[in-house]
Amino acid sequence: MTAATTRAHRRETDPTAQPWAGPKRPYDLVKEFVVALVVVSILTVILAALFSSPDDKQLTLAQWAKAAPNDFVATAATELDGTSGSATYGAPYTHDKSAAQKIGPLAPQNWLGVTIPIDSAQDFVVRPLQGAAVSPDLQAALKQWTSGSADQQQKWAAAYDTALAAVPDTDPAKIATGDYGPVPVMMTQLLALAQSGGLDGALLAQGRFYQTDYTKPLLFLADGTYLEDLARAQHLGGDQWGMMNETGNYPGQAWLWLYTFWYQVKPFSTSGNADALVWSVMALLSLVFVLVPFIPGIRSIPKLIPIYRLIWRNYYRDVEGRGA
Amino acid sequence: MTAAPVSPGDASAAGESGGWTGWVRRRALRSFPPDQLLPDKQPIYVASWIYVFGVATIAAFIVALTTGTILAVRGPAWWHGSSVGHFVNSLHLWSVELFMAFMVIHLWGKFFMAAWRGKRALTWITGAVSFLASIGTAFTGYLTQQNLASQWVSTQAKDGLNSVGIGAYFNVLDFGQMLMWHIVLLPLGVGVLVVAHVLLVRRHGVVPPFPPKDMHGPEPTAAEGAVQA
Repeated sequence: MTAATTRAHRRETDPTAQPWAGPKRPYDLVKEFVVALVVVSILTVILAALFSSPDDKQLTLAQWAKAAPNDFVATAATELDGTSGSATYGAPYTHDKSAAQKIGPLAPQNWLGVTIPIDSAQDFVVRPLQGAAVSPDLQAALKQWTSGSADQQQKWAAAYDTALAAVPDTDPAKIATGDYGPVPVMMTQLLALAQSGGLDGALLAQGRFYQTDYTKPLLFLADGTYLEDLARAQHLGGDQWGMMNETGNYPGQAWLWLYTFWYQVKPFSTSGNADALVWSVMALLSLVFVLVPFIPGIRSIPKLIPIYRLIWRNYYRDVEGRGA
Repeated sequence: MTAAPVSPGDASAAGESGGWTGWVRRRALRSFPPDQLLPDKQPIYVASWIYVFGVATIAAFIVALTTGTILAVRGPAWWHGSSVGHFVNSLHLWSVELFMAFMVIHLWGKFFMAAWRGKRALTWITGAVSFLASIGTAFTGYLTQQNLASQWVSTQAKDGLNSVGIGAYFNVLDFGQMLMWHIVLLPLGVGVLVVAHVLLVRRHGVVPPFPPKDMHGPEPTAAEGAVQA
C-alpha cells in the first residue's frame, strides 16, 4: 500500500470526516444570522453612544516649532549634520548597511535596499529653505552653504550641533561663539518657516501638487522628542505597552498584546535588534498558530485539557448517562 | 417511460452543458448541495453558546464594513469635523472591537474543540489567516485616523516593519498607501477568507465531539454515534 493510498484509506475511515449520521436538532442558520446582526448592531450603537471614540488632534510641525522651539532646532541641527535618527537609519531610507537590525547573522532590513531615499540635510533643511528664501539674510546664508565643500558643510553643521547640545535646554540663543558658517541663520530661518506653517507644506509637497505620502514630515517629527513626550503622556511609549494602547481610556489594539509583551521583557527590551527579534518570534508563532492541525503535541492539547467536555456537556451527559 | 432520477453533478443524464462552465456548475453543486449549504438542522451536539461567536463575528464584520463604507463615502477627513461623522467613526471603532473580541472567543472555542479534525485543517487555516489579516486591517485603520495616535503608531511601527524588510514596500508613513490597504486590499482579503471559511464549514459540517469517556479504541463512526445518542 503506497503512502498516498494509506492517506486516502485513513480519510475514508476517519469517523470525524464523515457526515454526521446521528440525531439532529432544528437549527435555523438564517434566523441565527439575522438575530446576531441585529444584536451586534444594537450593541455597537450603545457602545458608540456611551463611549464615543478618541481623536486627539494631530501634531503639526508648526505646533512643535512653537511649543518646543529648542527641541525643533536641536532636531534640525542633527538633520543637517547627519546624526539624526533618520539620517543614520539605514534601509529603506539611507545606504548605511551597518545600521540594519540583525537576526543572528541575517539583516533582512538590507535585503530590499533603499527604496525610500532620505537625505536629511537636503530634504528637511536645505530644500525647504531654498523654497522660502525671500530674505537677503537667508539668501546669503544659502549661497555660503552651497558654495562650501561637503567637508566644510559638515564641519559647520557638526560644530553647531555639538555646541548646541552643550547648552542648557539646547537654547540656540545661548550657544557659544564659533565657526558655524551660515548654520545659525539657516536654523533661525527654518524655525521661523516652521512656526509660520510653511515647513508642513514644504516637506509634504516636495515638488508635487497632489501628495498623500507623509514619510518626510513624520520622520522629521519622530526625530525630535516632542512627539514622544506627547505620546508618553498618553501611555503610548514602547515600554508602556504602547502598541496596544490608544489615546485616552480606550481599549486600542488589545489583540496586539503578545506582540507588545515581548518588548517589555529581556532580552528584547534591552536589545538593539529588538524589532527584528520580536518580529521573528511573532512570525514563528503565527506560523505555528496557522499550522496547529499539523503540529504533534500542540494539536493534542485540546484533548488533554477537557474544556471540550464543558462545550459539549449536554451531548456527553446524554451519551454517557445512557451508557451507565 | 419514467425518467431516471438525476443526481447533482450528473452531466450526461441531466443533459447539461459541457465545457468548463458546466464543470464548474456540477462541481459547485457536488461540493455544496443546497441542503448542505443552508441546512435547517444541525447535529445534536451543536448546542452551546460557543457556536454563536462564529456568526457574531460575521455580523460584526458586516457592521464594520457598513460603517467603514459610510466613512469612505464622505472621505477620510469627514469624521474629524462633523459630529455625525464622529459618531459613525465611533460605530466603526466599536464594531471592530466587537469583531476582534468575538473572533478571539470563536478561535479559542474551536481550538479546544480541536475543530481541525476530520479533514477540517483548511477550515482552521482559513480562520487563522483571517484573524491575522484582520489584525493587519485594524492596524492600517489606526494608521489612517489622521490624528496623534496615527502619527505615533506609524512612526513606531515603521521600525518593526523596516527591521525585517517589509517596510521597503509597505510604508506605514505613506497615508495614501495605507488608506488603500485599509479600505480596499485587506477588507477584500478578509472577506474572501471569511467566505471560504464559511463554505468549508458548510462543506465538512461542524466537527463532532471527542469520543465519550467510556469508549475505548478509535473514535466512534457516524453510525456508532447515532446508536449512542
